[in-house]
Amino acid sequence: MSKIRKAHVLVALLAAALCVPASGAGKTSGLPTKIGKGEGKLTMIGWEGYLDAKWVKPFEKQTGCKVQAKYAGSSDEMVTLMRTGGGGQYDMVSASGDASLRLIYGKDVQPVNTKLVPGWSQFFKAFQGPPNNTVGGQHYGISLQWGPNTLMYNTKKIKKAPTSWGDIYSSKYKGRITVPNNPIQIADVALYLSKTQPSLGIKDPYELNKKQFDAAIALVKKQKPLIKKYWGLSSDEVSLFKNGDTWLGASWPVTTGTLQAAKVPVKEIIPKEGATGWLDTWMLSSKTKHPNCAYKWYGYISSPKVQALQAVTWGETPANKLACKEMDKLSKGSCAAYHANAPESYYRSIKFWKTPIADCGNGKKDCTDYTKWVSAWTQATS
Amino acid sequence: MGQRLDSGDLLAPRRGGPSFTRARRRLARPLWRLPWLRGIALLLPPMAWFLLLYVAALAVLFVSAFWSVDVFTTKVVHTWSLDNFREIVTSSAWRRVITRTVVIAFLVTLTDAVIAFPFAYYMARIASGRTRALLFVLVLLPLWSSYLVRVYAWKVILAQDGILNWSLQKAGLPAANIGYTNTAMWLVFSYIWLPFMILPVYAALERIPDSYIEASRDLGARSFKTFRTIIVPLALPGVIAGSIFTFSLTLGDYITPTLVGGASSTFIGNVVYNTGLGAAGNLPFAAAFASVPLVVMAIYLILARRSGAFEAL
Repeated sequence: MSKIRKAHVLVALLAAALCVPASGAGKTSGLPTKIGKGEGKLTMIGWEGYLDAKWVKPFEKQTGCKVQAKYAGSSDEMVTLMRTGGGGQYDMVSASGDASLRLIYGKDVQPVNTKLVPGWSQFFKAFQGPPNNTVGGQHYGISLQWGPNTLMYNTKKIKKAPTSWGDIYSSKYKGRITVPNNPIQIADVALYLSKTQPSLGIKDPYELNKKQFDAAIALVKKQKPLIKKYWGLSSDEVSLFKNGDTWLGASWPVTTGTLQAAKVPVKEIIPKEGATGWLDTWMLSSKTKHPNCAYKWYGYISSPKVQALQAVTWGETPANKLACKEMDKLSKGSCAAYHANAPESYYRSIKFWKTPIADCGNGKKDCTDYTKWVSAWTQATS
Repeated sequence: MGQRLDSGDLLAPRRGGPSFTRARRRLARPLWRLPWLRGIALLLPPMAWFLLLYVAALAVLFVSAFWSVDVFTTKVVHTWSLDNFREIVTSSAWRRVITRTVVIAFLVTLTDAVIAFPFAYYMARIASGRTRALLFVLVLLPLWSSYLVRVYAWKVILAQDGILNWSLQKAGLPAANIGYTNTAMWLVFSYIWLPFMILPVYAALERIPDSYIEASRDLGARSFKTFRTIIVPLALPGVIAGSIFTFSLTLGDYITPTLVGGASSTFIGNVVYNTGLGAAGNLPFAAAFASVPLVVMAIYLILARRSGAFEAL
């Protein structure tokens, strides 16, 4: 009998132990103050490759949190997925700058207590509270990695390295070009126009008035006959380059890395006009059922070693300062190659993705908002 | 004669038997007397399923097409308006997508009909029993593998460095540059839906009695005239039944355009997917656009009915 009673007590204690931290890390009463026992599960939406077995498997082993990964091909898909079924189906999302503000203002994500994330204090200042994930002093998520949107080309087919984005708008490589099927691509067009048609007066590629926006859309339409295919997932672009269908395209470093690993002769450059770029943030759903596992993930993914591993694997730049040394350990010279040692100036040279809104910040509200971007992009490319 | 099957008879005491039978008779009597009651009892489960799951879903889809989405929060706003439909009709981009989809669906149907007719004719009227069985297996074999796998296979075949261009090169011919084009889509659709055309045409051709053809010959008609005036009209319902499959399946597809289509290959299904799940999550607009193929199909079915295709089914 005493045995049974002991078992009862044990069960009760265990239940209590499970309940208390879970409620402690809940969403309602402010920020959680400590990380409890893991819930055994974590559902995550990530960019392709962001939930690679290389770093997810050790995490699962360490914490017992089984990761259910769902890859999304675009920021829009991420926002939609975070909202399906009233939210709460997914715990975390690796949102880029063009999605994060929409998630914050839509109340789909919750603030994070950075004190519970040791790696955060080792971050470069710029990534501790960047405007795309920090609103009103609240940190809605922890920055992850960042990088530019590059111009990739096949070195066998294109002997002379391109230097300008102009090559993807000229008929020189007609039918051999690919660009992402993503409304934010309009910013790339605007960036190019800001350098080639200064009379338009484009200062920020995400803040376009009607005239500037129309000029960008006109160029999108002009570019369409030159395009072989608009790629959706980065794996689409991989197969386009692998099978020789395209020679030149707007791309992500992860794509270049994958292709180079597969011995496809490709290189990527940042053209003279500069580049747009992204800064990704792991954000936490406001309706998450697995907050403890989520905080464990935060601690894990922002540690220097894991940051370095992801950076080297996908050719990105980590947010953690201490990751530089780890990167060189994994692959000599990679820290400098991806500007992980002195990123502040490099960071400023990139026009980071952000959600276009009507308020241009100049007192006037005549900028085209994201809905217009989406509708114009979808129609121009259909 | 229920005694043997009735477990009640075996398990219950002897007295239970007759009362059970009586109860069953009492239940059976009205069903026997009133045929309409029998009809309802038989039809109720499938009708309930049909109405609840199928018609109700379509109704919800159609109703939500009149709603809109809040620009900022992308939440659905329940105010009635025709804006979604107005946009579909007035935007040249959407008209282009609809035209493209319908034209390719039509071309695919035509191609399949032209290929399927001689094939089905051979199967139904010329081939021996053994050959026919073999041909049946060949027609159905692709359906045993996943649709996605077959489309992917075509993507690999048609790619620039794919099997097609490799073979052409070996044969000393210039490379066919058809990967990621509308031609590629037409080819893949025609391949994918061919069995759905062959089978109904075969069924129609097989049902034509030999005596009709003999009678036509006896009356002095040549082979071609017999074919034109006897076989084609009698097989036409089968062709139209097949065309309903090929046309509607092409009309609603979005995976093939995504995989083998190019920069100008957006289909109705892609717009539904992109506007609904992808950009901006505008489900009401996606719902409005999803009713376009419904309308097109309704017109198609009315035309098919006019031609008398359903009378012979």
